[in-house]
This record gives sequence, structure tokens and C-alpha cells, in this order.
Amino acid sequence: ENVDPQKTAFLLRKAWTLYSVTPLYRFHRARLRDYARLLSAFIAAEKQKGLAVEVGVELDIKVAVSSLADLRGSEQDQAAVLVQLSLRSRASSRNSEDKLVWLGWFCSMYGDDLSENVPEDFTCLPLFLTHGAESYTSMVGSWFQKTFDCCFRRLAISPLNLSWMVAMWAGCKLDRAASAVELVFSMPRLSQPLDISYAIHPEDAKALWDTVQKTPGEITQEEVDVFMDCLYAHFHRHFKIHLSAAKLVKVSTVVASAHCDGIVKILHSQYLPGVLMLLTELAISQIQ
Amino acid sequence: HLATSLPLPSERDHFRPRIDLIVFMIDIKSKYSLKNVEASLAYVDASFFLGKVCFLVTGVGRVNACSIDMNAVCKLGETYCSPVLFCELELEGIRVATAQRLLRMLQICAGHIPGVSALSFVSLMRKSDDD
Repeated sequence: ENVDPQKTAFLLRKAWTLYSVTPLYRFHRARLRDYARLLSAFIAAEKQKGLAVEVGVELDIKVAVSSLADLRGSEQDQAAVLVQLSLRSRASSRNSEDKLVWLGWFCSMYGDDLSENVPEDFTCLPLFLTHGAESYTSMVGSWFQKTFDCCFRRLAISPLNLSWMVAMWAGCKLDRAASAVELVFSMPRLSQPLDISYAIHPEDAKALWDTVQKTPGEITQEEVDVFMDCLYAHFHRHFKIHLSAAKLVKVSTVVASAHCDGIVKILHSQYLPGVLMLLTELAISQIQ
Repeated sequence: HLATSLPLPSERDHFRPRIDLIVFMIDIKSKYSLKNVEASLAYVDASFFLGKVCFLVTGVGRVNACSIDMNAVCKLGETYCSPVLFCELELEGIRVATAQRLLRMLQICAGHIPGVSALSFVSLMRKSDDD
């Protein structure tokens, strides 16, 4: 669990789109360079076919596939796999760098529930996070699906799970000035969409969570319910609106933010493993 | 008769026919609906819990919009010894089937089906390891 913050700094402060992935068949870590080459050829072929074309997008994509050795939870977890797509720079000068256009990584953080029950030849990396154009995501996903017989699905996050996240993350120790804890609700059954944003001072939120949580390190559904009920009651007292009847669509804390469409941003390297562990769990329950 | 919560207004008590079945509706997308049902249960006379109460959970087609803990709902059913039905009102087939089920239950609770009474539901609710 000792993840070098320097190595994982590039994962922070990016909006990642989440997918669950079923186990990969016959994925060999020794062949990462080969996979990069094959994926590169696949992308070039797709572009030739005229699929997934964006106006002005260059044809020359360089693919790099690498292993992030430290990014795993338990002994049974596979180390994370990173896929990077860059535009090969046209200029011949050595100063010009390839421009990174798309990032995707497979990860398993304490995904033992899945990896324990899977036959040999299968590699479990149930969480897939992407950053960049959807057209690239779709090409990379297609290649992986064809090559390793796996299945990708967008990972949606239910309001119930979002409330777990906000309770957990609002309770995290703050070592410096923190941003507000924000919850965004979408009001149902209106002719025009209406969102309500409820922002709470992070110290107040943490103080509330501290009175609710009984055992440090453990969280129960009852505790999350009490925490949320306090927030709902407070809001109702002031505005006479029952937020509990609305749909919680986004939560934001200093640790991370998450949207129900399956988009997360991790802001604090200290809590990276914790957030990934939660997301891995969600991915696994979507697969099973 | 539809009501958003209990107790029913007392002014209309003498107009009201006998109540044979109470169906508490819980919307999976609304925590508020669960809280409302829990609060309303306090106003129900104990005799209703001998088979004349059931919980109907709606919106189960959209698991990704789930705002309530399903364990809490099942526990509610166990605590009050009443069946918990699940349905998705947005799908016509399921809506119709659920309506037919409820109608059947109502017929039994109203005593229209000879040989079967509301108490039958209670005995169906008991787990096999209770015996």
C-alpha cells in the first residue's frame, strides 16, 4: 500500500470516467510492448476505415502500455496497467514532445472477492478509468474486448453509494484548508431540470461525522443514514424542501468528487488507495 | 383510496368504508418515501399486521438510481410481518401484473375468497426455521 505519491501524481485532479471490466483472458504482463504495438496498429486501421474520426485529429497515434507496480492493494491484486495514447509529433526537432491525448488504466484495489473465484489464465483488473476523448476510449475498449474476451460497462454510481462516499470522505482528517463539502441534487418530475447545490463547511461536516461514527475505521449503513438525515433535516428547517425526495447526483469533498454518471476526480494522494478500494468494490458488484 | 401519509384525516372517519388492505408504497429513488412510510406505520392499528398490510417497492427497474438501502426495506417487512412486493411501474406488463396481485390479495383480505383469509399471508411470512 506504500504508493509513491510522485508516481501517482498524474492520477490526481483529472476527471476519470469509470467502467467495470470482466477478467481478462490470457493477459501476460511480459507482453505489454507487444500489446502496445498491436493496439497501435488497430487504432491506425480504425482511423483508415474512417471510424471514430474527429475533425482535425492526427492519424499518427503512439501507444504505450505499462505496469504501475505499486498501484495495488492486497497481495492478490494485480498491479495496475496504464495505457497512454499520444500524438506523434510531426516536427522533426528533438525538443518537440509527443502530446498525450488519452489515458486509461486498469486497476484492482483489494479486489479479492473477484480474484479469489476466478480460474487460472484470467487476470482480474475490474476497474477501468479513462481520461480523454470518447472515440479513443471506444477504440481501446474494442481492442481489449476482442483480444482478451472481456466486457466493459460504464459504472454508474447510485445515490446510495454517493451518500456513502460523501460520509466517508467528509470525515477524513484535514491537514490544510479544505474546500466545502458539496452535494448536488436533481429535483424529480419537473418540466425543466432543476438542481440544488448544498454546500457545507468542511469542518462542520467532519464534526457531524465524528459525532455519528462509533468505531473509527468502520462505517455502517446506519451511520451513513444518520449523517444524511441530519443534512436533510437541516436543509428542510431552512428551506422547507425534502432533499431526501430528490436524487443525489454529485458529491464533492476535499478528498474526491464523484458524479452518478460514473465520473470521479481524486484530489488527495493520501486517500487514493481508499477511493480506489471503494470504486473497485462498486466495479466488482456490477460485474457479479 | 390514496393517501400521501397516515393518519387519515379524522373528519371523514364516518364516511370511510372498512379498510381491508393497506399497501405502503416505497419509491426506491426516494429516501423520503421510506421515511414517510416508517412514520405512517405508527398510526396503523396492530390488528392490520395480521396479513392486511403489505409493502410495495416501486422503481426497481432503475437500480442505478437507488437511494435506499434494500436491507432496511426487507427488515421492515420482517419487523411488521408483512410481505414486500417489488415492481417497476414504468413497465406496463409489470404494472398490470402487480395490480392483479394486489387485487387478489385484497379479495382475500376482504373475505371474498372462501377458505383463505388474511391470516394465510402471516403463515407464509414465517421462515421455515421458526418451526
